[in-house]
Amino acid sequence: MVDIKDYGDFETAWCPGCGNFSIRKALIQALAESDLAPHQILLVSGIGQAAKTPHYLRCNCFNGLHGRSLPAATGARLANPALKVITNSGDGCNYGEGGNHFLAALRRNVNLTMLAHDNQIYGLTKGQASPTSMEGMHTKAQPTGVHSYPFNPVAVAVSMHVGFVARGFAGEVEHLTGLIKQALAHPGLSLVDILQPCVSFNKLNTFQWYKERVYKLGEETKHDPADWDAAIRLSYEFGDRIPIGVIYTNDRPAFDSFFPVLQKGPLATQEVDYGVMEKVLESYC
Amino acid sequence: MSQGSMNLMIGGEAGQGLVTIGQVLAKALVKSGYHILVTQDYMSRVRGGHNTFTIRFSPQDLDSPCEGLDLLVALNQETLDRHAKELNSGAVVLADTGLSCGQAPCLNVPYHDLADKRYLNTVALGVASHLLGLDLELVAETLETAIGKKKGDKVVTENRQALEKAVQWAAGQDHGLKPPAPEKEPDQRMMLGGNQAIALGALAGGLKFLAFYPMTPSTAIALTVISHAEQMGVVYEQAEDEIAAVNMALGASYAGAPALVCTSGGGYALMTEGVSLAGMTETPLVIALAMRPGPATGLPTRTEQGDLLFALYGGHGEFPRAILTPGSVKQCFAAGYRALHLAEKFQTPVFILTDQFLADSLRALTPFDLSGLTPVRPGGGGASGDDYLRYAITDDGISPRRLPGMGPELVIADSDEHDEQGHITEDLELRVRMNDKRLAKQKGLRAEVEAPVFTGPEDADTLLVSWGSSQGPVAEAARRLGEDGQSVGTCHFSQVWPLAPEQFSERLKKAGQVVVIEGNATGQFAGLLKKEAGIAAQRFIGRYDGLNLTPEYILRQLAS
Ligand SMILES: Cc1ncc(C[n+]2csc(CCOP(=O)(O)OP(=O)(O)O)c2C)c(N)n1
Ligand code: SF4
Ligand SMILES: [Mg+2]
Repeated sequence: MVDIKDYGDFETAWCPGCGNFSIRKALIQALAESDLAPHQILLVSGIGQAAKTPHYLRCNCFNGLHGRSLPAATGARLANPALKVITNSGDGCNYGEGGNHFLAALRRNVNLTMLAHDNQIYGLTKGQASPTSMEGMHTKAQPTGVHSYPFNPVAVAVSMHVGFVARGFAGEVEHLTGLIKQALAHPGLSLVDILQPCVSFNKLNTFQWYKERVYKLGEETKHDPADWDAAIRLSYEFGDRIPIGVIYTNDRPAFDSFFPVLQKGPLATQEVDYGVMEKVLESYC
Repeated sequence: MSQGSMNLMIGGEAGQGLVTIGQVLAKALVKSGYHILVTQDYMSRVRGGHNTFTIRFSPQDLDSPCEGLDLLVALNQETLDRHAKELNSGAVVLADTGLSCGQAPCLNVPYHDLADKRYLNTVALGVASHLLGLDLELVAETLETAIGKKKGDKVVTENRQALEKAVQWAAGQDHGLKPPAPEKEPDQRMMLGGNQAIALGALAGGLKFLAFYPMTPSTAIALTVISHAEQMGVVYEQAEDEIAAVNMALGASYAGAPALVCTSGGGYALMTEGVSLAGMTETPLVIALAMRPGPATGLPTRTEQGDLLFALYGGHGEFPRAILTPGSVKQCFAAGYRALHLAEKFQTPVFILTDQFLADSLRALTPFDLSGLTPVRPGGGGASGDDYLRYAITDDGISPRRLPGMGPELVIADSDEHDEQGHITEDLELRVRMNDKRLAKQKGLRAEVEAPVFTGPEDADTLLVSWGSSQGPVAEAARRLGEDGQSVGTCHFSQVWPLAPEQFSERLKKAGQVVVIEGNATGQFAGLLKKEAGIAAQRFIGRYDGLNLTPEYILRQLAS
């Protein structure tokens, strides 16, 4: 059995009280409960406060460029189907700099778990608006307030029929652990957009602000995640009340399943057949 | 005739099927025992415009395309208007009865009497094949393979009928065209271009992952890999953009799949952050960059060698790289194979830098010898368990590269400056040691540089220096000058970075004058030679009108 201690203790560069601590805790808990050992997982991240997560637990780690966690994770997963690949990045990284990759990843449906630490702000660069910042939020870079309509990753993912779409809250660690576990078990792209208070820069969407609004699906209200119409309606609920839980699921086959060669395991272990290569050359004669 | 060879051009609009008949004709020539060299000049459009497909063929091996036409197959009036002036003496023009050939010696083919208008290109193929003395059966068979349909299929039957009618008609014509006799009992030869050869070389080197975003003239590299992917066990994806392509390739390579991206200048511009990431994370990466004229979208389907310095300097920060510049289709295969091995050994980006001319230039080649080839085997070495250090500091800069998930060792890669384990660091003293470690690999790369190839006398009066695709045109120009009794040598670089001056400085200094010949306006390689080896060429000949260098162009420039 894998124990949470296997994931180690690390000193972090996060502010005390940051929501990232709880996300890290939930992730480790979910990994241990899923019986995944550090060497069996690969955490891929971009750049930002959230993207530092892979440095704070024992794991294989590819901490790439700002915005590019999804393509790098896609490549790694398609090279080694035995790896459990998870991305950790912020709202800016995933939905701003990496927006085109997000859209493509939703369509592609590679077997990855995407944990989006959504603090509705750019943390690392000290408090500029992000794609998910709410209209009217004031920052030094948006002194007259944010005028752009906030991006809704959950609604976009549901509208694209992504196989597993959930919203979590860093303030509900146990609930979030459950979501991450289910995401890890889903055999295609799974998105968990996680509401993450940034104590230093987001003075609007505070811990308290989220706490007052979130409610758990399945507790107060019934929701069938297979019901796409209901999922679409829920995905737009982001105001006085914000649903957390599994919003939508389906069983679209993963992109990986279309490559027979991946059934044979990691590409690195497969030999080149020079007999076949001869035949390839002959086809040009 | 051009130097014991014959040069034929098919010209027309996009959509008239000239590439199909060009390829069939080229393949039939190869099967009949000729060497070929194809140049394709096309406009960036799917219909209309003016396009040409030129085949130079000879019983001997050919280095270069040449100017001057012996047979012009004009599928429209524009072809006649533009190219009639390029006819050699004794040349023949094939044109529809409706077109006006002016003074040109012309066979007016009654296309519309011979076949339905869907098969006009087949008629042209039939008449041209007959004039060249090609066997009807062989041409018909080649055409069938190209159509990709079975015997008995209506399209196959009608094509065959058009071909036969065309040949019957041509048999009654007096044309006087005398093609050189083919090689007797030729070896079986492949027909392929630079793009295909790069792809095949990479496959032979153990390529396992390809990501790309379509961009002329590089796309056929990807299409070739994809066409053999299932057989060869390669995973591929057309990415959402070049940024995604390069980052996917890096993810795959990190996880142990030898990876390739292919693109042209604009796409490479988007990839540069990924090239830098490869440098920092020390992840093997091969970038096949097929150049076209810029800036920006430039001339999408034309040729230029204008991105040498961009390939060399693209990507922020300082890190080692290698740039291979094959000069022929055969060298493209070698470069595809070698680039994968170099990238793996030195854990850094390696470029294969070609251009539209070479990418699209079909040639006849004996099948590549696969004996002795080995695939890249990523990963291995280093301490085990928790003592493993992905970025252990070593003298040669090469650290043990293990693969994630393949053992208990954790493999940590970081785009930030990092410690030996791979974790973020801002220890500035360690930063210097890490940077030194990465740059130390440049020394190893330099020790493995492919030396430039010289021809001609040691102390030639004139030494013509080239890199990449200019090799052939320069070789033929030098040969012609040599036949005129001049003392001319050549020096071709099939790798332009790193440069190892001890391999060439002495010989360059011995030459009466050094002339650098490259397909750009500013003499990028000439500048590099000066910076790296302190050698200032006496002359620079450049070409940047979108067309490839030819021996005639070089001779004219040398004479002026
Ligand atoms: C190409 C590039 N542009 C800009 C940056 C600077 N940068 C680093 S993180 C970041 C935004 C971080 O916001 P987010 O992704 O939401 O992460 P957070 O810090 O909030 O967790 C920016 C703009 C960069 N590293 N790379
Ligand atoms: S700046 Fe915000 S996101 Fe970053 S560590 Fe501090 S609280 Fe967390
Ligand atoms: Mg953020």
